Amino acid sequence: MAAAYPAGFKYTKDHEWIDLAGDRGKVGITDYAQQQLGDVVYVELPEVGAKLKQGQSFGTIESVKAVSELYSPVTGEVVEVNAPLKDKPESVNADPHGSWMVVIKLTNPSEAGSLLDAAQYQDLIK
Amino acid sequence: MEQATEAPLKKTPLNARHRASGAKMVPFAGWDMPVEYAGGGVTAEHMAVRTRAGLFDVSHMGEIEIAGKDALAAVQRISSNDASKLQVGQAQYSGLLTPQGTFVDDLLVYRLAPSHFLLVVNAGNIPGDYAWMVENIKPAGDAVAVDASSRYALIAVQGPQAQSVLQQLTGVDLASIKYYWFAHGEVASVRATISRTGYTGEDGFEIFVPPQSADRVWQALLEAGKSVDIMPCGLGARDTLRLEASMRLYGNDIDDTTTALEADLGWIVGWKKDDFIGAAPLREQKANGTKRKIVGFEMLDRGIARHGYDAYIGDTKAGIVTSGTQTPFLKKSVGMAYLPAEHSAVDTEFDIDIRGRRTRARVIPMPFYKRQK
Repeated sequence: MAAAYPAGFKYTKDHEWIDLAGDRGKVGITDYAQQQLGDVVYVELPEVGAKLKQGQSFGTIESVKAVSELYSPVTGEVVEVNAPLKDKPESVNADPHGSWMVVIKLTNPSEAGSLLDAAQYQDLIK
Repeated sequence: MEQATEAPLKKTPLNARHRASGAKMVPFAGWDMPVEYAGGGVTAEHMAVRTRAGLFDVSHMGEIEIAGKDALAAVQRISSNDASKLQVGQAQYSGLLTPQGTFVDDLLVYRLAPSHFLLVVNAGNIPGDYAWMVENIKPAGDAVAVDASSRYALIAVQGPQAQSVLQQLTGVDLASIKYYWFAHGEVASVRATISRTGYTGEDGFEIFVPPQSADRVWQALLEAGKSVDIMPCGLGARDTLRLEASMRLYGNDIDDTTTALEADLGWIVGWKKDDFIGAAPLREQKANGTKRKIVGFEMLDRGIARHGYDAYIGDTKAGIVTSGTQTPFLKKSVGMAYLPAEHSAVDTEFDIDIRGRRTRARVIPMPFYKRQK
């Protein structure tokens, strides 16, 4: 039942993914992360315009079991927020790699080179 | 519950079975316990118990026996409820109280024989409870306390189908066991004491068996429960189930700083019995009221209020959250908190600081969930 890790995504050691298109990327959490969290009940997201550094917290995700920070994979500005996700947080469990949380406009697109690819990420979580 | 444990984790007789089945294991009160099972998860396990049946390994709980000519007097002295009301074969919920009327622990008291009681206590409190009992039954006369925890494994089968599942494995007529009564017999050909009790708010049984036979009984129950899709349930679901049913958790909602009346547990105090430890302050509180009181609440804003979060009336820090969760069956974010008595009425609104965010909550009646009988 594990979701596949899209080859086109980049991943972090903190279990976020980013789906890059040009200088923008959709960000979410990985299947592994949602499995560890269990049933997600609350997602707190930033406002559009928030400026983030790579590795900085941009929100929190809460499951029945625990509260976790969400960390930005890249430095940049939040240009879009998936507001409907707040009303159906359980979709993070059902479709982790489709449930994006924010779109970040990268300050420095070359930063993506420091992220893990799908094979490296799956090695990490083995 | 929160004491650091340097010693290696203790294991129940079912530990290898849990690990082999891919359960997620966590340290709990010094024990290596399943928090949820592979193929389950808190929500699925919770729903299994509310709608079908769930199976719990609660062998970490402690069993202390008190016996002797004056055993009743001993139990009466150390526990808050009135054990003289118990017939042989009957059990009651009770408190082990300090002289201040606060909790050393909460427990179930079973009357095995006229002068022989079994006290089931919380896993993290076994050594402390035992020492407390040994010391405090002395004035009662001829009675001894024995920590018999290692002689029992305890398996709970809970849910509307619990009786139909268990009945397949025992000759004991389960329908004749009333709520909070127990009977002796065999389960899957294993000597067992079957008690109609539980910590889920659902109908069900707790089964005491010899540790060496625990795995046999566990497997037999899983097999017998296949037709109703029984699920093994971990501590995660155990916590959401008990909270949905508004049962207090020692270490969260009650401890040695909270009195039985503050915890709204006056019904486990034997007001008419002779003196017992903690009676005087409780009688005083009963006459004059308590300054604070436990309440049930639901969140009006999004989020889960968790143990230790501060509660505010206006801008004033006024209380503390003791438990909180998103309840899988009611699908509401609820919890328990201590609030000033004058702000504890149903429908009172107050704020909870969730990691720096002020969120609105409202006092609602407990229990949050009550099963249809």
